[in-house]
Amino acid sequence: MRFMLLFSRQGKLRLQKWYLATSDKERKKMVRELMQVVLARKPKMCSFLEWRDLKVVYKRYASLYFCCAIEGQDNELITLELIHRYVELLDKYFGSVCELDIIFNFEKAYFILDEFLMGGDVQDTSKKSVLKAIEQADLLQEEDESPRSVRDLGPQGL
Amino acid sequence: MSSALGILSSRTAVFRWGLELTSFLSRLGKTWLSVRPRMESGGRQHAGRSTSFSADFVKSGTAQRRSRTGTRAFGDGKSKEAEIKRINKELANIRSKFKGDKALDGYSKKKYVCKLLFIFLLGHDIDFGHMEAVNLLSSNKYTEKQIGYLFISVLVNSNSELIRLINNAIKNDLASRNPTFMCLALHCIANVGSREMGEAFAADIPRILVAGDSMDSVKQSAALCLLRLYKASPDLVPMGEWTARVVHLLNDQHMGVVTAAVSLITCLCKKNPDDFKTCVSLAVSRLSRIVSSASTDLQDYTYYFVPAPWLSVKLLRLLQCYPPPEDAAVRGRLVECLETVLNKAQEPPKSKKVQHSNARNAALLESISLIMHYDSEPNLLVRACNQLGQFLQHRETNLRYLALESMCTLASSEFSHEAVKTHIDTVINALKTERDVSVRQRAADLLYAMCDRSNAKQIVSEMLRYLETADYAIREEIVLKVAILAEKYAVDYSWYVDTILNLIRIAGDYVSEEVWYRVLQIVTNRDDVQGYAAKTVFEALQAPACHENMVKVGGYILGEFGNLIAGDPRSSPPVQFSLLHSKFHLCSVATRALLLSTYIKFINLFPETKATIQGVLRAGAQLRNADVELQQRAVEYLTLSSVASTDVLATVLEEMPPFPERESSILAKLKRKKGPGAGSALEDGRRDPSSSDINGGVEATPSAVSTPSPSADLLGLRAAPPPAAPPAPAGAGSLLVDVFSDGPAQPSLGPTPEEAFLSELEPPAPESPMALLADPAPAADPGPEDIGPPIPEADELLNKFVCKNNGVLFENQLLQIGVKSEFRQNLGRMYLFYGNKTSVQFQSFSPTVIHPGDLQTQLAVQTKRVAAQVDGGAQVQQVLNIECLRDFLTPPLLSVRFRYGGAPQSLTLKLPVTINKFFQPTEMAAQDFFQRWKQLSLPLQEAQKIFKANHPMDAEVTKAKLLGFGSALLDNVDPNPENFVGAGIIQTKALQVGCLLRLEPNAQAQMYRLTLRTSKEPVSRHLCELLAQQF
Repeated sequence: MRFMLLFSRQGKLRLQKWYLATSDKERKKMVRELMQVVLARKPKMCSFLEWRDLKVVYKRYASLYFCCAIEGQDNELITLELIHRYVELLDKYFGSVCELDIIFNFEKAYFILDEFLMGGDVQDTSKKSVLKAIEQADLLQEEDESPRSVRDLGPQGL
Repeated sequence: MSSALGILSSRTAVFRWGLELTSFLSRLGKTWLSVRPRMESGGRQHAGRSTSFSADFVKSGTAQRRSRTGTRAFGDGKSKEAEIKRINKELANIRSKFKGDKALDGYSKKKYVCKLLFIFLLGHDIDFGHMEAVNLLSSNKYTEKQIGYLFISVLVNSNSELIRLINNAIKNDLASRNPTFMCLALHCIANVGSREMGEAFAADIPRILVAGDSMDSVKQSAALCLLRLYKASPDLVPMGEWTARVVHLLNDQHMGVVTAAVSLITCLCKKNPDDFKTCVSLAVSRLSRIVSSASTDLQDYTYYFVPAPWLSVKLLRLLQCYPPPEDAAVRGRLVECLETVLNKAQEPPKSKKVQHSNARNAALLESISLIMHYDSEPNLLVRACNQLGQFLQHRETNLRYLALESMCTLASSEFSHEAVKTHIDTVINALKTERDVSVRQRAADLLYAMCDRSNAKQIVSEMLRYLETADYAIREEIVLKVAILAEKYAVDYSWYVDTILNLIRIAGDYVSEEVWYRVLQIVTNRDDVQGYAAKTVFEALQAPACHENMVKVGGYILGEFGNLIAGDPRSSPPVQFSLLHSKFHLCSVATRALLLSTYIKFINLFPETKATIQGVLRAGAQLRNADVELQQRAVEYLTLSSVASTDVLATVLEEMPPFPERESSILAKLKRKKGPGAGSALEDGRRDPSSSDINGGVEATPSAVSTPSPSADLLGLRAAPPPAAPPAPAGAGSLLVDVFSDGPAQPSLGPTPEEAFLSELEPPAPESPMALLADPAPAADPGPEDIGPPIPEADELLNKFVCKNNGVLFENQLLQIGVKSEFRQNLGRMYLFYGNKTSVQFQSFSPTVIHPGDLQTQLAVQTKRVAAQVDGGAQVQQVLNIECLRDFLTPPLLSVRFRYGGAPQSLTLKLPVTINKFFQPTEMAAQDFFQRWKQLSLPLQEAQKIFKANHPMDAEVTKAKLLGFGSALLDNVDPNPENFVGAGIIQTKALQVGCLLRLEPNAQAQMYRLTLRTSKEPVSRHLCELLAQQF
């Protein structure tokens, strides 16, 4: 996989993960271009499309689009299920995940993704192992004996 | 504490923090608005975290609360400027904290770094804070470390100083033996993946990967981290003893480790297949265990009742790096696996969820990829094809798309090509009815891949029909494909021309230059289609609105071949011109320039249009056109047409020579469009080895019409003829065209119009043949030393006259020499016509016949004197009386000398008098023929030649040539009706030479065998050589 993007129907990027080295400028350009293409597609259309020299696999969950760019010989269907498995993981972790969870707990969304995918490849497909890793991290967090997250400080922090 | 509680409390935090942030994040607010309607309409509470969440993100009460808050915040009407102001204020605050005198504790650092990250993810630039993030890496508190790593991974900066610090922190974590820290470090390396990181850690990671005491999670991370580094800079990863142990990770107990390891091995073995060979049997046995396992065996690695789909797909992909296993047992086990997968596809699904079918079909399609990769199991290939055929009609768009895509590959396998072709109707239907453009595109690709001679017409016509409604995005590609298929599988080129013109009519905007150049190249190179092309473009141009590309093609073709349809009053030259000119004003500059070239070519082709066209060229709109190119063309063409004589015009504006054969430019374009590999099915010509020569391809960039410039070379005086002057074009030959009927070769004997011609010219008085020769040549023959050697083309010109007696013998800018001759028995009479093509008088004009060597004793030629002056544009005639005394081998020479504008000109040609001119055909029965054939059985009496056909092997043409050669054609002699047998007697004054000949064509090999038997040895050889050059 080359990169994964999460963006809303309004074209707001919610999460981006790049597994290839590209300049910031080029990334921005690719995101803009790809969002336009994907958002223009109607529901019921097929989830795969050719874009530049890549294959794009996307799926929409509520207002969020999950979009993966894979290489020519990669398997589209399994990538589609990879997206689904990631959504399941988020859901399991957040409990009925919604777009806002991803906005405000972005770092968790990234951590979960990192446990699941690494360098663009599936690291572990077991829901249990991924969640166990995240839970362990959360436990460590509590052992830190400091407020669990920066957000716990609330508005006074700003 | 349970993590659930943790999440809960952090949710509250989100709410509070969100309240604060939204005041400057109005863009977020928009999203919240969009969330709200769902909330209101839904207004429902979902019981916990059901698995049915996927369709709906927003359900919990928490979310409801959050969204209301957000909306309120948004409703405060903060503007975008306010948002930016707020962010800048915040950034300034963070900056001052970082720069402040008071050292920040780890917690504050983490808080501010996290805020920076948040702001960055909202799309704002962050240019500071990197150092603080790096500091966090060395914290021993997990959350601080984690945020630090996240910041580094998201905001990578190739600041080398920073990288060194980061690397240092990573090194410490890798050595910490704390698996959580190690994983964080490995993730960071994989996320950044830069070369610097590779240099620092590429050597360490393999060690961690294969260390016996590494935790499973660390192994997984190490494998994928190494993969990432290897992909980025393969040279940095040292191969070594560890590789063997990596292969054995395929046997690991932990499925997660296997999953990660397969990805690494797949990538490594591509470059070092031999080092990893052993992975094949391990992968097969692993795959076999998964495929045969029950859906519950693999517990958490079963995904919607499908056992380990990701691992299966990865293993199948790994196997595609290798050829089929050689070990029969392994191979058998693999085939069994593939069959099981194919069988399972036929079983009813275990779940109605799309995830179940997707995961199952992912493995199925990957298996089909492997089957296609092996391309050696016909049974599996056909089963795969049938399976994909089922998918073609599946209700899931995704599956239809993938089936079309995979079938493209199957179409190129010899085992399954025919099986794929059976689905043509479904695919055509998909092209017509699919609602998704990307699916239609796949259908078009597949049609292109499955096309061969048997279905080309159907596929091309369907694609053309589709083109009328096709999406703009893929029109150009379809146009290219149609153009390629039409050319490649054209049986008759009129179909090809029709197809391309249809393309222009339907999708003119998408017909690129390559496509219309190509049709011009083909029409120019194939004279059998030129007339048809001219007629068809003429008709197409009559449409009230026709595309500019049509005008271009039409202009070019009519300019070159308009003469071929000029005979029809409906397409007479003035009609052709006015039709083209009616489009002129609507066209772009490039097209108008092309049309101007067409016009000047018309002046040459149709002198009657000259005045009209000169009027157009002279018009101010052209002569003073603001566009330099148009103006130049108008000025030059106008001058050319008024200054140059007809023959100069004819030379300058001669028909375009054939284009050199090269790779099709269209194919090249398609390849460029689709990347390497596209069109490979066409390139290899696997299905059509025979097509390569006729349909091979030409490429050239026709520069429209060569722009003639009044250069000294073209208009200057040149004694030498233009290289290989073509048979005089209609315009150029106008001097002589009324005298000669340049028809097909005709036999010189028998009741033909030739008889009449001869009797007309026969001098009425003394009937004796000798009397013909009574008039002695007035001028003494100049010695051979006086004349130059024959011009280089002399032999070629002579060859044209072996089987015919009339035509243009020679032509250059100044002079044209025509021949008309008649032979009877051993006598002949030849009329030579010398035409002065210039407007200046030739002086001291003296044509002479020379007999080199012994010819004097073999052949008597008497010439009559001609006038020494030939006026410009005039023609003089010279009569030659010829008597064959005995057999001869070399023809007499004709030397023509004159002065043109004071400059002496001289020219030596071979006179078209060859021994076969004195042939008298002899009819005989088969029996006589064989008897004589046997009589002439001495080795020296026979001459045989086997040679390749230089012209199309047409029986009728061959017959005409043999008759023209002079022998009688004997039917029912040769048992093979394809062969030709002839007989005749060569008449000379001294002796007669009987000749028998046999010509055996071999259409398959495109070869001939010619056998000559005569009673005189040199005659056999000479006749054989003369005749062999005619086919």
